[in-house]
Amino acid sequence: MYRSNVLVCGGTGCTSSHSLLIAEKLKEELAAKGLDKEVNVITTGCFGLCALGPIMVVYPEGSFYSMVKVEDVPEIVEEHLNKGRIVTRLLYQETVEEDTIKSLNKTAFYEKQKRVALRNCGVIDPEKIDDYIANDGYAALGKVLTEMTPEEVIQTMLDSGLRGRGGAGFPTGLKWKFARGNDADQKYVCCNADEGDPGAFMDRSVLEGDPHVVLEAMAIAGYAIGASEGYIYVRAEYPIAVKRLQIAIDQAHEYGLLGKDIFGTGFDFDIHIRLGAGAFVCGEETALMTSIEGKRGEPRPRPPFPAVKGLYRKPTTLNNVETYANIPQIILKGAEWFASMGTEKSKGTKVFALGGKINHTGLVEVPMGTTLRTIIEEIGGGIPNGKKFKAAQTGGPSGGCIPAEHLDIQIDYDNLLAIGSMMGSGGLIVMDETDCMVDIAKFFLEFTVDESCGKCTPCRIGTKRLLEMLEKITKGQGSLEMLDEMEKLCHYIKENSLCGLGQTAPNPVLSTLRYFKDEYIAHVVDKKCPAGVCKDLLEYTIDKSKCIGCGLCSRKCPVGAISVTDYVAPGKKKPAYEIDHSKCIKCGACFDACKFKSIYKG
Amino acid sequence: MKSLAELKAIRDRAKAQLDLRKENPNAARVLVGMATCGIAAGARPVLNAFTEEIAKRGLTDSVTVTQTGCIGICQYEPVVEIEIPGEEKVTYVKVAPEMVPRIVNDHLVNHNVVTEFTIGAIQK
Repeated sequence: MYRSNVLVCGGTGCTSSHSLLIAEKLKEELAAKGLDKEVNVITTGCFGLCALGPIMVVYPEGSFYSMVKVEDVPEIVEEHLNKGRIVTRLLYQETVEEDTIKSLNKTAFYEKQKRVALRNCGVIDPEKIDDYIANDGYAALGKVLTEMTPEEVIQTMLDSGLRGRGGAGFPTGLKWKFARGNDADQKYVCCNADEGDPGAFMDRSVLEGDPHVVLEAMAIAGYAIGASEGYIYVRAEYPIAVKRLQIAIDQAHEYGLLGKDIFGTGFDFDIHIRLGAGAFVCGEETALMTSIEGKRGEPRPRPPFPAVKGLYRKPTTLNNVETYANIPQIILKGAEWFASMGTEKSKGTKVFALGGKINHTGLVEVPMGTTLRTIIEEIGGGIPNGKKFKAAQTGGPSGGCIPAEHLDIQIDYDNLLAIGSMMGSGGLIVMDETDCMVDIAKFFLEFTVDESCGKCTPCRIGTKRLLEMLEKITKGQGSLEMLDEMEKLCHYIKENSLCGLGQTAPNPVLSTLRYFKDEYIAHVVDKKCPAGVCKDLLEYTIDKSKCIGCGLCSRKCPVGAISVTDYVAPGKKKPAYEIDHSKCIKCGACFDACKFKSIYKG
Repeated sequence: MKSLAELKAIRDRAKAQLDLRKENPNAARVLVGMATCGIAAGARPVLNAFTEEIAKRGLTDSVTVTQTGCIGICQYEPVVEIEIPGEEKVTYVKVAPEMVPRIVNDHLVNHNVVTEFTIGAIQK
């Protein structure tokens, strides 16, 4: 029995800032002091507060150390773990109050969160099945197999109101019911872990922090629809997630929680991993299944839906990682418990990946219906450097931008659709006044043009033409007519594309046109970029009346575009400088260098 | 895995370690003085004895064992303070590992302070 547990975050974020070295060093120091039998070092999944990584939490005190460095380890071991004196200077400062230390759960970041899908992340060791079982793991599978009929399981899912967390929000129970209703010699359960939205990482965190929950939920789904085989489609860029999944599958086999005759009930279920090459379109369900079959990942028309003809043309149910992460809890705590959280049509919680111009970059899980303002200002800690909020982008390349006027909207599937965005997988990128909305739309469109599989024309050519128009606008070659033309093309692509990728690709353009038309107009009429992002619309100018002639800008200029003039401003001793606009590459080096604010951008 | 009983056995075995990672404001607290004076007087075996005893009796979900610094009565180390919510704090002094099972049984389980080990008894 250990007297103390030290949890070190082993998620991708903290790992990239050397948390695994910290865990190694801890073990080394503890062994040197003879404390290795008393203090247990555990590598966990993501704690969510990625901005403060590497993160280390010491229990039973619950001390939350943030931004720990390898050099800090000897001090923590000697002072805290040996002598019981918490190293206050390394604590997350929000937990430190005059002479006491606040519980982590009382900090702004954690207090408003409600962790269901992420409940084990940052608590258990994802590479130890016993840790998962200790927190009621596999109890839901046991309950389902020994006490419930498949119909009862599906009814529980329907009653809970759980909707797919991958983006579209289709009711999970209904999906299962359709798959159950189709008779076949073989059916399949698939897990979509092909998290393609560049701003979202909740699926990765669940796989890294709590892989068994996905296995358990897939087995439950298998029992409900009558399938004996499952596939997890995960991208190869998630090496930690893949490794921990494989460890979890092996451990579950060893315990007989996967394989033949589980819990002696005669139910067989097995799970295989398939690695994806990282194509965005493979997150679309039919393309994903085509890819699992070993073919080129392209979508196919629906119907037939996967519940009728899915993987290998057999009835299949496909759910997202976060959806699965909710299921064992719903079985154990009941549909009413789950349905008591959230809004009328969107039940439960949702995980958001906070990124962009926000203080607490990381993962947060909140009840559906929480306002954007709460997430950004309270949990997210607001916008850095005192800048003003401009927009929040949800749903990644398929979503839209939400302006400040909708900050108080209660986030759920339907409300987001109503304001021209979507839930998507839960990426939430915050933008401030220095971001240009036309440029943002262009950024997302570049992504979809790259990722379009090319099978259908509206998406392949339509998005390309749309991008060309946006490029012209950011170069000052646009016109008002072009804006109308763009909008028309957007609707055309939405209505005629084969799969979700094309149907949602114009959303970033449409939503920015809707809420930030003035910025577009500034680009096409005044040929100006109000945020100062689009380089072709920018000009740097030296205000000669303020220039003291120090010459710093000229020395910093990488292309030699700044030279001295013979004009000496009144009250100044040296002649002023000027920029040759034909040579200027608009890098902004002079602007950043000038200490006298004599250079203007605009 | 052939039965739910098997699953439960694994769960019970692994649960104690996980209880350590849960914050429980209602838990009783055992604070062992672990400054230099405490360590020199033998506080470490006492701390470990508490950990073992509490795990053995399945009290991990209601009692936490933590270290604390020097409370200023170095001559009486190893010092152990026990705080049970709603009850008065009790300070045990010159604690040895052999005394631990009795303190756990009498005080933490049955709420009877072991008066002879307390600071009040030794100062008389």
